[in-house]
Amino acid sequence: MSRKTTDRLATGTIYAFVGVVVAILCGLIGYILITGIPDISWHFLTSAATAFTAGGGIRDQLFNSLYLLLLTLVISFPFALGCGIYLSEYAPQNWVTGLLRMAIEVLSSLPSVVVGLFGYLIFVIRFNLGFSILAGALALTFFNLPILTRSIEEALQDVPNLQREAGVSLGLSNWRTITKIVLPIALPGILTGIIISAGRVFGEAAALIYTSGQSAPTVDYGNWNFLSADSFLNPMRPAETLAVHIWKVNTEGITPDAVAISAGASAVLIVIILIFNVGARFLGQRLYQHLTASKSK
Amino acid sequence: MDRMKQNLHQASKASYQDYFGKSISLFCASLVGMLVVAILYFVMTRGLATFTQNHISLRSFLLGQTWNPTQIGANGQPEVGALPMIVTSLAVTLLAALLATPFAVGVALFVTEIAPRRGGQLLQPMIELLVGIPSVVYGFIGLSALVPLMRHLFGGTGFGILTGTLVLFVMVLPTITSLASDSLRAVPLDYHSAALALGATRWQMLYKVVLRAALPGILTAVIFGMARAFGEALAVQMVIGNAVLMPKGWLTPTSTLTSQLTTGIGNTTLGTLPNNVLWSLALILLVMSLFFNSLVRFIGRRGRMQK
Amino acid sequence: MQTYQYDQTNICQPTLAPALATRELEVFYGDKQALFKGSLQFPKHRITALIGASGSGKSTFLRCLNRMNDRVATVKGRILYHDTDINQRQINVYQVRRQISMVFQRPNPFAKSIRENIAFALKQQGLHDRAQLAARVETSLKAAALWDEVKDELDQSALALSGGQQQRLCIARCLALAPDILLLDEPASALDPISTAKIEATLAALRHDYTIIIVTHNMQQASRIADYTAFFHLGHILEYSETEALFTRPQIKVTEDYISGNFG
Ligand SMILES: Nc1ncnc2c1ncn2[C@@H]1O[C@H](COP(=O)(O)OP(=O)(O)OP(=O)(O)O)[C@@H](O)[C@H]1O
Ligand SMILES: [Mg+2]
Repeated sequence: MSRKTTDRLATGTIYAFVGVVVAILCGLIGYILITGIPDISWHFLTSAATAFTAGGGIRDQLFNSLYLLLLTLVISFPFALGCGIYLSEYAPQNWVTGLLRMAIEVLSSLPSVVVGLFGYLIFVIRFNLGFSILAGALALTFFNLPILTRSIEEALQDVPNLQREAGVSLGLSNWRTITKIVLPIALPGILTGIIISAGRVFGEAAALIYTSGQSAPTVDYGNWNFLSADSFLNPMRPAETLAVHIWKVNTEGITPDAVAISAGASAVLIVIILIFNVGARFLGQRLYQHLTASKSK
Repeated sequence: MDRMKQNLHQASKASYQDYFGKSISLFCASLVGMLVVAILYFVMTRGLATFTQNHISLRSFLLGQTWNPTQIGANGQPEVGALPMIVTSLAVTLLAALLATPFAVGVALFVTEIAPRRGGQLLQPMIELLVGIPSVVYGFIGLSALVPLMRHLFGGTGFGILTGTLVLFVMVLPTITSLASDSLRAVPLDYHSAALALGATRWQMLYKVVLRAALPGILTAVIFGMARAFGEALAVQMVIGNAVLMPKGWLTPTSTLTSQLTTGIGNTTLGTLPNNVLWSLALILLVMSLFFNSLVRFIGRRGRMQK
Repeated sequence: MQTYQYDQTNICQPTLAPALATRELEVFYGDKQALFKGSLQFPKHRITALIGASGSGKSTFLRCLNRMNDRVATVKGRILYHDTDINQRQINVYQVRRQISMVFQRPNPFAKSIRENIAFALKQQGLHDRAQLAARVETSLKAAALWDEVKDELDQSALALSGGQQQRLCIARCLALAPDILLLDEPASALDPISTAKIEATLAALRHDYTIIIVTHNMQQASRIADYTAFFHLGHILEYSETEALFTRPQIKVTEDYISGNFG
């Protein structure tokens, strides 16, 4: 076979591969959107789920997902920030730091069922939190910490060293230099990291099945006292999320319109994650422009 | 000028600020480190309890073929043979990676080398979106579209290794593709022009120069994909059939380590053997994830040495 | 390539009162020694230039003087400031850097407004009075010869300034803190001749109130502005004397070759 023929053959094969992949991609997204979008209605988004009859909605699950996400970020962000700052700004280059980095890598590659299992043992049982949003948020924190830490560290590393030297050479403490000079510049990168990790947290289910539970009790959306049992803000109540709901209606098989509900819920999930992705990009660009060129006219 | 001397020797506000900042960030870092240690410790002690407390032999756990922890088997010990799950987990992982790699590399080449403009701008964001699609969604599509299709095409229940492999294939494809594209993009442009200047065809250049230079990165991408496949729980659980039996064919219901964990945890009580053996399954997952991790490190070190 | 002897040196001891002095300063980057036993005295309210080929250790030396090398290198020897050895662990480095300020080779203004660039460190030191801040901003910008160019756009981003303006802003930023000593590492190397001239004029005007130590590659620049000049070679300080003497009557062969361009 001549070189030219091989070249053409290889190129053709690559095109074929790409064709297949594009078909799969379109098929996937098309399937979700075509089966899912028609099921999305105001009623679907705003009514409670029903177990044994058709026509249930996803109101509580949607809210639970968002609330859980918020709680997870609130818990994990400060620690991830501290850890990211330590790794990027303070950590000496020695074996302890190497070990810490390895630990973070191990945590990020841990299967999420294992994290869920651990959360079940520690938070649900040992700490006696029961199936609760708080237990779920703590489990998701495990899952979220390494991703967030790494993206914060990367964002900090992207800030030129000259900026640190500028601050330090003026007699500022390292800490002030970091918080007042380096962090503001790294902010767009950090925000992008948060949003991307939010997308992952939002779709996670395996770590939640046995931590935040599989039931969505009716809650009172008017009750803002988060200590009261039926308040929608109560972190101690069980809370089935959207992703867990999709899994449950499909595996239990008792809901008559499981397919329609799952399709609708999947479409909602993907649309929200899409919004996260696009938002991260957009926000990153805007903040970047704002910080660098800014109003130079 | 005594005052200046004094100032130079005294701690100032800045010293305290730095002390504070360093302590607080070190605290966060050690907390994260301790979390990892805690997880490893718990999974290990719990996972080993099967062998230390319940005196199951490692052999009968790893090589036994019947899984029925509440029953006493012929040898007088509970039947906790995990082999079927280990085999199924390995099978779906390897098959999915094997299937996905050529496609992923093809698409990565297309996106970075053949049509960086058209391909990059359209395909790239799509692949990134797919990386972020939650696994339950893949599981749901597998269950509602793929399982009936398999049943229709090949008969049987439609659940099994084949369906699991296909779902995992679609799941790891974007992961491998996007990591492989990154490593292809990192190949210096001189390599291309040098090869083309020597009269190589595009494929010769890609195959002999670019792919070779990016090989460590591509291998790493495949391992990441395998790690994701091996640890994936729900998507597989929804299409694998969940019967702890040795896979007898492409489409007989079986069970992976993760799917058994997912279904089993809720039905056992802590401290009993049926619960302990589930932790042992988790321990296998943990060990595999550490294994994938060190593989990535090893390749990274080898790749750096060659440069 | 000629071989030179490094044990032969010609280091003068200025008679003027020193603002800063080093004693047998040595710097190691890991195992690699980048500076060998450097002992210099910097007279008060004078400009001292550090010259030498690339990689000869000028920046390394300069960065020791306000402890900017703390995290990257091991620094041995003594640095005397106000009868105190400031190269000791227990010394408050923040205090040192407030007195001994540094301007870097590449302009590095903060990603903040021009005003905030100067006011920021003052605020961190506890100065919050608006009128006082405004006054300090104005005087330091004037001292750095930048005021006329930016007085109407103080609230614009400093990153929108030209390189030369940015560098003068960085000088102004140091001056606002009223340091004792100003360290400058090739402050004009990235700038065009006009900006360079402006910075030189600025420094010349500042010499009455500050002790200035400046690294430069430009020998004309050194001879124009510096009172004293030190010549660095491969980590050794070989010659140090009044600028005119060094340029007209170098005592050491290496210095002579370097100055006349017959180097290497
Ligand atoms: N951070 C560092 N780590 C390791 N070696 C360094 C570091 N900084 C400088 N060096 C080494 O120390 C020696 C002196 O460098 P230095 O930057 O002080 O030279 P210089 O005289 O300022 O040169 P230039 O005129 O190019 O700025 C060089 O050999 C350089 O390679
Ligand atoms: Mg230098």
